[in-house]
Amino acid sequence: MMKFMLLFSRQGKVRLQQWYSATQEKEKKKIMRELITIILARKPKMCSFLEWKEYKIVYKRYASLYFCCAIEKGDNELLTLEIIHRYVELLDKYFGSVCELDIIFNFEKAYFILDELMLGGEIQETSKKNCLKAIAAQDLLQEEADATRNVLEEMGLP
Amino acid sequence: MPNVAKGDGMRGLAVFISDIRNCKSKEAEQKRINKELANIRSKFKGDKTLDGYSKKKYVCKLLFIFLLGHDIDFGHMEAVNLLSSNKYTEKQIGYLFISVLVNTNSDLIRLIIGSIKNDLLSRNAVHICLALQCIANIGSKEMAESLAPEIPKLIVSGETIDAVKQSACLCLLRLFRTSPDTVPSGEWTQRVGHLLNDQHLGVVTAATSLIHTLAQKTPEDFKNCVSLAISRLSRIVTSSYTDLQDYTYYFVPAPWLSVKLLRLLQVYPPPEDPAARGRLNECLETILNKAQEPPKSKKVQHSNAKNAVLFEAINLIIHHDTEPTLLVRACNQLGQFLQHRETNLRYLALESMCLLASSEFSHEAVKKHMDTVITALKTERDVSVRQRAVDLLYGMCDKSNAEEIVAEMLAYLETADYSIREEMVLKVAILAEKYPVDYTWYVDTILNLIRIAGDYVSDEVWFRVIQIVINRDDVQGYAAKVVFEALQAPACHENMVKVGGYILGEFGNLIAGDQRSSPMVQFQLLHSKYHLCSAPTRGLLLSTYIKFINLFPEIKGQLQDVLRNNNNLRNADAELQQRAIEYLQLSTVASQDVLATVLEEMPPFPERESSILAKLKKKKPNVSDIEVVKEGKKSSNPPTLNNSAANTPEATPASAPVPVMAAAPAPVQSASDDLLGLSAGPAAAAPITNNFAAPASFAAPAAPAGGGGLLVDVFDTPPAQNNVSSALAPQAEENFFNAPAGETAPSGDTPASELDGRFAIKNNGVLFENELLQIGVKAEYKGNLGRLGLFYGNKTSYPFQFFTPTVSCPGELASALNVQTKPLDVNTVEGGAQVQQIINVECISDFVDAPVLSIKFSYSGSMQQINLMLPVMLNKFFEPVEMDATTFFNRWKQLNSPGQEEQKIFKATFPIDSDTSRTKLLGFGFGLLDGVDPNPDNFVGAGIIKAQSSQVGCLLRLEPNMQAQMYRLTLRTSSTSVTTRLADLLLKLF
Repeated sequence: MMKFMLLFSRQGKVRLQQWYSATQEKEKKKIMRELITIILARKPKMCSFLEWKEYKIVYKRYASLYFCCAIEKGDNELLTLEIIHRYVELLDKYFGSVCELDIIFNFEKAYFILDELMLGGEIQETSKKNCLKAIAAQDLLQEEADATRNVLEEMGLP
Repeated sequence: MPNVAKGDGMRGLAVFISDIRNCKSKEAEQKRINKELANIRSKFKGDKTLDGYSKKKYVCKLLFIFLLGHDIDFGHMEAVNLLSSNKYTEKQIGYLFISVLVNTNSDLIRLIIGSIKNDLLSRNAVHICLALQCIANIGSKEMAESLAPEIPKLIVSGETIDAVKQSACLCLLRLFRTSPDTVPSGEWTQRVGHLLNDQHLGVVTAATSLIHTLAQKTPEDFKNCVSLAISRLSRIVTSSYTDLQDYTYYFVPAPWLSVKLLRLLQVYPPPEDPAARGRLNECLETILNKAQEPPKSKKVQHSNAKNAVLFEAINLIIHHDTEPTLLVRACNQLGQFLQHRETNLRYLALESMCLLASSEFSHEAVKKHMDTVITALKTERDVSVRQRAVDLLYGMCDKSNAEEIVAEMLAYLETADYSIREEMVLKVAILAEKYPVDYTWYVDTILNLIRIAGDYVSDEVWFRVIQIVINRDDVQGYAAKVVFEALQAPACHENMVKVGGYILGEFGNLIAGDQRSSPMVQFQLLHSKYHLCSAPTRGLLLSTYIKFINLFPEIKGQLQDVLRNNNNLRNADAELQQRAIEYLQLSTVASQDVLATVLEEMPPFPERESSILAKLKKKKPNVSDIEVVKEGKKSSNPPTLNNSAANTPEATPASAPVPVMAAAPAPVQSASDDLLGLSAGPAAAAPITNNFAAPASFAAPAAPAGGGGLLVDVFDTPPAQNNVSSALAPQAEENFFNAPAGETAPSGDTPASELDGRFAIKNNGVLFENELLQIGVKAEYKGNLGRLGLFYGNKTSYPFQFFTPTVSCPGELASALNVQTKPLDVNTVEGGAQVQQIINVECISDFVDAPVLSIKFSYSGSMQQINLMLPVMLNKFFEPVEMDATTFFNRWKQLNSPGQEEQKIFKATFPIDSDTSRTKLLGFGFGLLDGVDPNPDNFVGAGIIKAQSSQVGCLLRLEPNMQAQMYRLTLRTSSTSVTTRLADLLLKLF
């Protein structure tokens, strides 16, 4: 099972963090600090996997963003790399050639998309089409809500 | 497409994020955030009619601030409101906020469980999904307790849509991981298996994850899934990539599902049904064949997905370990990867091959790649890959290639990364010991290790070489010679001085004939290092000197001068001072005969598992598995060096009081915790008595082998005296008591007399011993039940007849403790033999006294009787409890009636050491709660006494005071008698 996923920039700023097992805030910060330092120090041609504490860390860099997952000993490293890739594909499709700014400004969307792909540390839906369909359905609900609000606002109601 | 939706929902949020990004400094950012927080707070407080949209916006801002790393202490209620809103977008943000922040606030969970349940039972699928996502991502115990029963219905109901089924499977999986007991078993477990046949591959993937985890717990319940999984897998691997449409990933059909299925199959042994087995092997062959086909795409995603399936298939082949052809094919495939240009593949190939090395079928095939692996060790640029290469070399090592591998590893050690040196040293030490070319080679190798990487040579390693030298008289002369040579190096590592000092102290006489290493030269060489060494090493050297006084009477004068030197005689270090004084006295007072007896050569150490191996296992739990497999399978290739050794050589009379050894981390972490594992324990202990004869006669008063004392109360042996005799004896004896059970000695600082204390925190050991009989005990406890294995060993060469042990519970104990003794099968214990007896105990209610074991037997015609207490204490029925600070303090406050609390302030009997105390409390049965007490030196713990009649929760706080060397112990439980008894037991431990 995946223990957590982190997205951080080359400057070491965390852009998204999803924890799949209860962890104290203090501990989270410590883990993120340590891992970011380790990964940023690694050279491009190095292996994407490393053993760290009781976890295996799988990471990959896409443009200015690092995607980093912690998995358990028995888990499949290569497929974890592809979970990352699928997530990137979903973000890319959704935002239309995604960049770091999209994730900063729409962090909640990035979470919602991740929730369609992964749940409780396991892969939920591997089909890109199905994931995007689910997200589109959410947006439709949101547009409806926004449409109602706009109508009400026009009518001078709060 | 969805650009319309992004951001426009909440312009205020986007503006705020821009503001933060434009901040030039940390201070400016903090200022902007504070301003926003104040704004949000006033909105939340003031305007009662805040609409859902605004609430959503502000909650989102709070979330953003939180994710920047700032603390958020309000807004939770607003998020809870959003979560119970009917509008999807508001609900969604509410759930997100809760999911991200909730770890810090478990009170919040209780608040929202009602709302979540509503959504879970809603008819609206998107609401159900939100609820499931939230539960799965938080997965707390509270949620498991109140929501788990709702979820199986969602999985098996025919009305549930696929997306909900998927989420429900993973949600249940998560709750099962949190607390397996809350997930109800029932008819649904049967039906969940059939989801493997579902039309929707997303559902199958999620269901397979769930089944995989459930099957690990109860494989029987999901046995029928094996054939279902095989046929599903077979359909996938034979399908073309177009068949599975969107579940094909870069031309690889359903890689995620394939991997999950292969992992599920790893829970089970190879199928017995020949048809299923044939089908599975076909699948595995197909996967191996596909690896040889040219890639359908140049993209790395294609090769990653394909190889992910391949590696998982290889894992299954290794797990089954029954198909030689497949194993060898797997090995060849991995061999190709060893030289692949992708670092990731090389890494994984090294890792997988390490597993293959442990199979008897593929071990030889793996060995063929030795040169490639050695090259990898030398040329890989990434330390994590080199580390894998080291592991593989270690895994493929056997008698045939040990010399070369050890040489390569030694060579690499000179330049190895610091992070892996210690582990490499352990590995080299183990290999050298396991596959020695000969003993001189072994000694050379270890000394080389110390020379090359002295700082990384842990105590276990140098203890071990000494143990082996002592046990093998054919290597002693050689060892003395080479350490003597090694010591001549101008800069030599302190560990080398230790080994040198010890070995020359024992066997220096073997090389003393040569003028170049005459006694005087040996002494001067050692003494030239003396001033550069730490106090513990100096202590060891002093022991060497007293041994020299015995070996080389001709230089007694010079040696006594050193002992007499004020630097030693008045050394600030109490241990050194004591040694100097005592050794000087000993050398002055005792006659040559007495000296010869006291300082006799060390007897051989009892044979047992290498403590180095134990250390490596502790360091790398996954390595131990390999080791176990390997030992089990390759019985034709047994370890060649005699596996002899006590944990540490500290049993030697000369070095017994060396503090470095006493303080050395007790290395062997009980290798076998089951009752069966014990039988070897006490038996191995028996020979020690002879070894021990010399110091025991010297230290007669402290040795408990009290001759005629057939009625021995083991709990009442006098404590160690602080004089020379006991300083030498009981510590050695402590080791002897502890060693056989392969157990951790509590840092060697517990005097042997503290049987009560020792058995309070450990379950195994020697319970009693006199010159006739040794009784070992090994116990297991679970809940209110316990099982003791008693091992009666006849140390004489004549049989014990009419051997009848009986267990009784005196007085009140009879109603508190239910003891059942299985009678012995035999009533004669032959000379040198050992018989075992199992005693079952059940705790009905709390108790104080221990059951009494009385043994009667006839030896050489006279009746013998021995009465002892069994080490069954109240805390044996104690189970640790985990709780957070809030729960702890609530419970603590509730237990405030008179009698529920017991507080003791007492002087520390043993040196105060945080790690030792931790070990003791854990051994005693407490769950330690870190971070509850603001003072990190204090211990806070919780546990439950599981008696049959009642369960008593216990809370503990232990505050050490270093300056005063005092403790304050506070215990609170709901039962006065329990409080008192536990306090008494604990008091003896610290």
